[in-house]
Amino acid sequence: MGKTLVQKILSEKLGKEVEAGKIYIFPTDWVFAQDGTGPLAIKVFRELQIEKAFNPSRVVFFLDHASPPPRSELANSHKLIREFCGKIGCLIGEEGDGVCHQIMVEKYSAPGQIIVGADSHTCTSGALSAFATGMGSTDIGVAIALGKVWMKVPSSLNIHLEGRLKEKVTAKDVILYLIGALGASGATYKALEFTGEGVKSLSMDDRLTISNMAVECGAKTGLFPSDEITREYLISMGRENDFREISCAVDAPYEKKVDINLEEVEPMVSLPHSVDNVFKVKEVKNLKIDQVFIGTCTGGRLSDFTKAAWILKGKKVKSRLLIAPGSRKIFLEGEKERVWKTLIEAGGILLPPGCGPCVGIHQGVLADGEACLSSANRNFKGRMGNPEGAIYLASPITCAASALTGYLTDPRETDS
Amino acid sequence: MKGKAHKFGDNISTDLIAAGKYFHLRNNLKELAKHVMEDADPEFVKKLTPGDFIVAGENFGCGSSREHAPRIIKIAGVSAVLAKSFARIFFRNSINIGLLLIECNTDGILDGDEIEVNLEKGIVVNTSRNTEIFFIPLPPFMREISESGGLVEYVKKKKTLG
Ligand code: SF4
Repeated sequence: MGKTLVQKILSEKLGKEVEAGKIYIFPTDWVFAQDGTGPLAIKVFRELQIEKAFNPSRVVFFLDHASPPPRSELANSHKLIREFCGKIGCLIGEEGDGVCHQIMVEKYSAPGQIIVGADSHTCTSGALSAFATGMGSTDIGVAIALGKVWMKVPSSLNIHLEGRLKEKVTAKDVILYLIGALGASGATYKALEFTGEGVKSLSMDDRLTISNMAVECGAKTGLFPSDEITREYLISMGRENDFREISCAVDAPYEKKVDINLEEVEPMVSLPHSVDNVFKVKEVKNLKIDQVFIGTCTGGRLSDFTKAAWILKGKKVKSRLLIAPGSRKIFLEGEKERVWKTLIEAGGILLPPGCGPCVGIHQGVLADGEACLSSANRNFKGRMGNPEGAIYLASPITCAASALTGYLTDPRETDS
Repeated sequence: MKGKAHKFGDNISTDLIAAGKYFHLRNNLKELAKHVMEDADPEFVKKLTPGDFIVAGENFGCGSSREHAPRIIKIAGVSAVLAKSFARIFFRNSINIGLLLIECNTDGILDGDEIEVNLEKGIVVNTSRNTEIFFIPLPPFMREISESGGLVEYVKKKKTLG
């Protein structure tokens, strides 16, 4: 019998066959934290009284959640992190560089690696066939010191994709559909593995959006095979040498198979206050949207903004529109393509690269009773800083089409 | 272990446990603990007596990896969280910091019930309703970490992770 991608990657790292359900100690390729979880990871590292990082050139701290900091406590966290990075000699993603997961895939993550990050959406790098998973600050503090983590090997659910997406339907709709089908805890303690002909029609940006949200159905990671699209992506990032092919076995011991025909997927929306509360956009009528947010590690890549710009070119929005590029690189590339000009002329507000209003620390906090349609990954109560506000999740195209009308709108009804 | 049950529903997220609006208190866990569960039940901290239990449905602790969530539950004095299932990052964070989690069928426990946990036998006794609920104890490796007081203590003792 063949191996799941999880078994392939983890067995190779350990130099012996791993079994699903068993706990092993694994070596790590990359260890990272962000400004919210980093200070606690540093505290844990210090408590261990191990003076040096195991391999500082494989440790990264990102200043992305509260960037630039809205208050002194958070500025002090940044200062603490900078001083620590200077002292142990590890890497840093500065304010304005962008969201940790985006920078990981641009600069560091590679197929076959084990990546642990003190942030739940670390699973984003699964799109590059890296076993990437979110952990807490204690795990990360220990991994900085020892280059090791304890992990139970997850069994895998096979998500088999056929066909191609129709116009104005995106990867975000696919993953919302899947989470709706599996439920918010449908894949808890498990991994998702995407296979099938449909995978080949998904760009790296599409795959990143899908892997990013694996955790929203409880999964430890969401893995794509590493193929030509992976190679092309790594070449475009100037990292061809990081490429290696990792393919799926058809006869791997999957716990369950879910078939999705991409042709049949329609624009989806997730209603408050849980991500699995998913409906077709066309089923939700007369929903007024006060604010639209396009950005984050889920929906803040160049192709997301290009799609939004395509919808909004030469028009004016009726909802407030906030846009935050996922990284400095995306910001610069969008600048070349005049994407920001289009969005700003349509009435958008451009925020610096980073998490933006996603996690309710600053910027774009909702007023009581307001509704925000967001290209992000979470709509938990209070997520955007006010439990009296409501968050709806959809694709960047649906976000743009809705900003235009001021109501939740199926982008297929918009004439561009 | 004895105490009162504080009952919550399914999908209690880390945003409900440790709200993002208190992000700035993350380096001051004692202060942050004063707001534990605030967006799920604003009165929770007032109602809590140290030693009490949080009892919930499916997928407790879903959402972000913020370890501050289990830490402030522990600091607030909750002796264990009982739920039908836990989100995995929350689950490992709790083991790593020594917060006791019990995965069991919580349907028969209502808000305010007096409950007693017997770890040796793997039983939760609901003394208010005279019922018993069985649970499967943690695997030995996780139990060892949890009982050492958390991963830091475990690593300090063993000088390695293995
Ligand atoms: S963009 Fe949002 S979901 Fe992504 S890392 Fe930042 S806060 Fe988390």
